[in-house]
Amino acid sequence: MAEPLVETRGLTVDYATGRSLRGPANASTRVLRGVDIRIDAGEIVGIVGESGSGKSTLGRALLGLVPASEGQVLFAGHPLNAQPDGALALRRHMQMIFQDPMSSLNPRHTIRTILTRPILLHGIAANQAAADAAAAAVLDRVGLPLEVLARYPHELSGGQRQRIGIARAVMLRPRFVLADEIISGQDVSTQARVLVLLKELCAEIGMALAFISHDLSVIRALCHRVYVLNGGVVVEEGSCEAVFAAPQHAYTRALIDAIPLPVVGTGWLAA
Amino acid sequence: MSALLSIENLSAVSRRDGKPILRDVSLQVESGTIHGLVGESGAGKSTISKIVLGIVSGGVVVTAGRVMLDGNDLVQMPERDKRILIGSQLALIPQDPLTALNPGRRIGDQLTDSLRMWKGFNRKAAWVRALELLDHVAIRDPARVMEQFPHHLSGGMRQRVLIAAAFAIEPKLLIADEPTTALDATVQKQVLQLLKRLQAEHGTSVVFVTHDLGVVAQICDDVTLLFQGKVMEQGTAATIFNAPRHAYTRALLAASPRYDNPAAGLNPIDDAVVAACYAEIRQFDGVQHG
Amino acid sequence: MADVTAAAASRRTWQPMISAALRDPKVVVGGGFILLLIILALGADFIAPHDPLAQDLMLGSLPPAGMAGAESGYWMGTDDLGRDVLSRFIHGTRVALTVAFVAATIAALVGTVVGLLAGYFGGWIDVVVSRLIEIWMAFPAVLLSILIVAILGSGVHSVIIAIAIIDWTRFARVVRAETMAQRQADYVTASTVLGFSRLGILAGEILPNVLWVVLGLFTLELGLAVVIEAILSFVGLSVSSDTPTWGGMIAQGRGIIYQAWWVFALPLAGLLATVLAFNQLGAGLRRSLDPVMQR
Repeated sequence: MAEPLVETRGLTVDYATGRSLRGPANASTRVLRGVDIRIDAGEIVGIVGESGSGKSTLGRALLGLVPASEGQVLFAGHPLNAQPDGALALRRHMQMIFQDPMSSLNPRHTIRTILTRPILLHGIAANQAAADAAAAAVLDRVGLPLEVLARYPHELSGGQRQRIGIARAVMLRPRFVLADEIISGQDVSTQARVLVLLKELCAEIGMALAFISHDLSVIRALCHRVYVLNGGVVVEEGSCEAVFAAPQHAYTRALIDAIPLPVVGTGWLAA
Repeated sequence: MSALLSIENLSAVSRRDGKPILRDVSLQVESGTIHGLVGESGAGKSTISKIVLGIVSGGVVVTAGRVMLDGNDLVQMPERDKRILIGSQLALIPQDPLTALNPGRRIGDQLTDSLRMWKGFNRKAAWVRALELLDHVAIRDPARVMEQFPHHLSGGMRQRVLIAAAFAIEPKLLIADEPTTALDATVQKQVLQLLKRLQAEHGTSVVFVTHDLGVVAQICDDVTLLFQGKVMEQGTAATIFNAPRHAYTRALLAASPRYDNPAAGLNPIDDAVVAACYAEIRQFDGVQHG
Repeated sequence: MADVTAAAASRRTWQPMISAALRDPKVVVGGGFILLLIILALGADFIAPHDPLAQDLMLGSLPPAGMAGAESGYWMGTDDLGRDVLSRFIHGTRVALTVAFVAATIAALVGTVVGLLAGYFGGWIDVVVSRLIEIWMAFPAVLLSILIVAILGSGVHSVIIAIAIIDWTRFARVVRAETMAQRQADYVTASTVLGFSRLGILAGEILPNVLWVVLGLFTLELGLAVVIEAILSFVGLSVSSDTPTWGGMIAQGRGIIYQAWWVFALPLAGLLATVLAFNQLGAGLRRSLDPVMQR
């Protein structure tokens, strides 16, 4: 079997809850407990759970943004914890798309700056002119007009900002992208559009995607495999087909059962 | 059946630029039913509920139409009478259970406010009644919860408290503004079940504002689907979901991913459908002004 | 082809921003007044109708023009020693503006750097800075400045150092809080994921967002520095008494307020107008230039 692109082994994460001015934190909460997941190159994997399940923490740990208390995260076989802060070559290949596109774009940078700074940093574009050309190309790909380059984030609509966030991530041609609840709070019409775009980009660039969501219907439509998280533990994993056809864990069944379908007369509320 | 709330030809514009926010909206909420007000952002569903509740912001000007509650026009009514009518007969379940409760007051004090104000309860009687209400929304150990502050409760618990508060005055009409959007799926289901049960017991009429077609299909009797402040389709839930007439309705339904039907895949709304909706709106505006 | 259009589409020039600022009434009024003061300070020797130090006891306590007993040529009257009030006021703008700009700049630089570091890195730096700020805040500002000048000896330099030492905390406190708030925003996490270094994020991402707060504080501080200088002059701890200052005039005028109220009134009015003008200028600049305020 091929080596996984992203892998966690017994990943445990604690958050400090008590703060002390001197010395180490004096209390902590365990958010993840011995999580083992693997994401193969080019694979789209869903991570589902409710609030407090630890799914966002898992996502951040996959990118090395949260330190592991125990266990480790491996990217293409390299343990992340051993990488010095800001190891550029690795950073380029693990990108993230955020839930709140407004907050994830610097409010006082123009879209041009937002899109061109990272590729200049990584030497993907040799100079500003080349970076501008790349920005123009990616805007075209995500379906935004060139005019947005001169705009500030607050001058765009929510859907447009989301596309800028996606464009910024894929411009680095990463091997892995994490999408953290990127469609919650969006209209159904824009949501489907963003998901289709993301799916196409994954195929074009050959990047793997970890899609964190509370929405099982979206995960079913987008992902190859799914991990179900509850209380910091993976309670179920498998192909979407298998998990949705015959959920093994009671929690997974409860989650699926809690989805209201747009169909009348199901007696869903009575159940 | 008679309509408890009847909105007739309601139009509103933005005070800032005069752009239409509501375009000749009419709808009837029959007594004892749940009426879904559905649409994506900018549809005007929240504006309608705010006009009914008399809490619409100064940026919105009602230019035409009537909002009849039990035979009284809420738009024309003097401010004082309106406040009494709304306070005693309408209740709101807000979207965000985090900010809807005053963080500095005990649950019990907040629950008893409306009982004392509109039902003439004294402090002691109101407290006893509030305990019953909390028990009714399936909160365990209501006596303890009454003494607690909002930050002690989970989101789902807070929403239950708000539902208890809404039913406290036994309102004729309840406005539920995206009441479960902020909740987890499993909690959402419990809260919807609770809402449905209480509504059936009290025979309350409900205006249910939401963007979630799944929730609409499960809880609403009638549906009004809005786009940019204009009614696109209206009817019973069964007709809307089983035999949608408007292309926009069909496109919205197709765009909602279904775990039970993965073969359908992801279907973004066709640009042509949206363009047709805008054309319909432009045509409507042209008729209004020309 | 694509790069040409991209560059053209994304060019944001300064010209429209400057003209937008010049159309803002707050900038025009506030900035205009400050400009007037600067001209008065630079050209005091030519603009002032009289020597500010020339005494003439025969012309003592003359009222301003238009009042009974006024002498032509002494527009704002004279003090009890017969010195021209207007000329002294004009020469007084020199000390006021020098102190304001130099002291506020030093305080802003020191406070911003310290605040940025404390807010961004947290940990022991933040603990040290926070305690320092708290200790500073516990001292009454005016008494502290008097103490500092008493130690350093009087003079413009001492006044500037005193103001900078007292007021860097004003900047540090606000910049620290703002930096902490910005650090929580997703765009900072995004920059980390994109591979930017910590100092790169601080300078390239957070600083542009904090600068606008600093600008607001800076204009506020300019006004405050003028007031502190006046207070120190008032208690006789600023510059030597043969250099006219607004504070010195207020102190002198207070003693003869029943005989010659105008000695007191003109510098006081100047002080108020200057503080107000700086505040208006700051608010106007932010309103017309800050991209986030352009709704």
